[in-house]
Amino acid sequence: MSTTTGMITVNGLRKAYGGRVAVADVSFAVAEGEIFGILGPNGAGKTTTVECVEGLRTPDAGTVRVAGLDPVADHREVTRLLGAQLQESELQPKITVREALELYASFHTRPADWRPLAERLGLTDHLAVRFAKLSGGQKQRLSIALALVGDPRAVVLDELTTGLDPRARRETWALIEDVRARGVTVLLVTHFMEEAQRLCDRIAVIDGGRVAALDTPAGLIRRATVSTVVSFTPSAPLDDRELAALPGAASVRTQEDGRVVVEGTDDTVEAVVSLLARHRVTAHQLRVAEATLDDAFLDLTTGADR
Amino acid sequence: MNTTVLKTEARLFAREPGSVFWVTVSPTLLLVVLGLIPSFRKASDDLGGLRVVDLYVPVSVLFALIMAGLQAMPPVLTGYRERGILRRMRTTPVRPSALLTAQLLVHAAVALVSAALVVTVGRAAFGVRLPGQPAGYVLALLLAVAGALALGAAVCAVSRTQKIATAVGSAVFFPTMFTAGVWVPVQAMPDTLRGIVHLTPFGAASEALGDAAAGGWPGWTHLGVMALWTALLTWAAARWFRWE
Repeated sequence: MSTTTGMITVNGLRKAYGGRVAVADVSFAVAEGEIFGILGPNGAGKTTTVECVEGLRTPDAGTVRVAGLDPVADHREVTRLLGAQLQESELQPKITVREALELYASFHTRPADWRPLAERLGLTDHLAVRFAKLSGGQKQRLSIALALVGDPRAVVLDELTTGLDPRARRETWALIEDVRARGVTVLLVTHFMEEAQRLCDRIAVIDGGRVAALDTPAGLIRRATVSTVVSFTPSAPLDDRELAALPGAASVRTQEDGRVVVEGTDDTVEAVVSLLARHRVTAHQLRVAEATLDDAFLDLTTGADR
Repeated sequence: MNTTVLKTEARLFAREPGSVFWVTVSPTLLLVVLGLIPSFRKASDDLGGLRVVDLYVPVSVLFALIMAGLQAMPPVLTGYRERGILRRMRTTPVRPSALLTAQLLVHAAVALVSAALVVTVGRAAFGVRLPGQPAGYVLALLLAVAGALALGAAVCAVSRTQKIATAVGSAVFFPTMFTAGVWVPVQAMPDTLRGIVHLTPFGAASEALGDAAAGGWPGWTHLGVMALWTALLTWAAARWFRWE
């Protein structure tokens, strides 16, 4: 794929701190209006990569461009069109939500109206509350609002929904989809598979400072070695070897409670069902689970987390 | 200069009761407490016909400056760095230096207001004469404010964390208070000690303010010492300040 066009392009990026290589070789291009995810285990180099995009760090090698601009050399120009939500960045402890929104709006020549933004992020009832008194989720939502208040053409969101409860997380996802619908390009760093699967058009899986895979969520799932898992409690004992010989079956095991778990492909599912019918065995609590992005992620990465 | 940044930082200062008290109230309180002691309101030949309370007006003014520059400002600046506030600002079109500039301006303004309050209360409550050489007094005062803020900024620059800044600040605080004459006014110090104290930023400031209060133009040596310290400390602060 081409890495010379796009709203955000990263080409052959390398960054080391002292002797420790954080990013070895990362390349990707984010098209205008795309939601692009960066997924990877802790310490994979995700945050360093986006910090180079934000111009907070200078790459050791490679090029980074935002709308054709160099985030380090043209830093101020880039800050005008790129909003950023940083991981673990606070505000003045006694600043109120309203003051923070007004302050960050004042940094831009043509800011967005912060009121609908605050409303959308559920901050309207907390405008007079000081930053230090906000809950973790409220701080996170304010941080997202501050990244968007400059009405940017592109936005980098690092750990977007960390600290949010499931409802706030879904509301935030809806907001990001709205933002994209207005043509804003989104670069999203996450370790939530559900979030990546739901939001991203394409995902770069980064592991050990390199791009391990770059594809659509569906494309990544297809790469998983295990695509389907069938499990059931048989009414009579079955021979594991017979199950293992079925087409596409990758593994068979019987749990302590007698439940049989067969990993394989779609073909395996049909074969299991006909095998049961032949033996006149009833399958209680039959479950068929598709492979998820989780499975693909685990196959693609070898990070220290595992 | 982004005025919203300045306005916001001024509001935030007003929300710190400790800083508000120590910078704006405590210097005048110090003067009032000392002025209530009857013997301090009697002219003394040892002090060249001045009263103790007369000497404590410039001392209280310097006390206000030290409180602003060394006690109030460093924890704020190091906190902004530690909490990633400066870092977040780097992702916006406004430079994080705007935040530091706003902090310096707010603390300078509050220190000057406090100094004016000390002079006013000294005049109204204890009949301390207003500075005889107002232009010289203002010049010495502005140089002293710059010196106090530069010292505070230098403390932030050499301290990696907020905790270290508080420790370094306290270590610098006591000698600064001493040289400003908080315990013994510089004019009442033995000659040898006074000679040494003259070379410190607040010792020189104390003499310069004393000269101008008495109606003379502050000595150029004193102004020179203050300017030199301010330049040196500003250079050190700029040289070693870390944004994250």
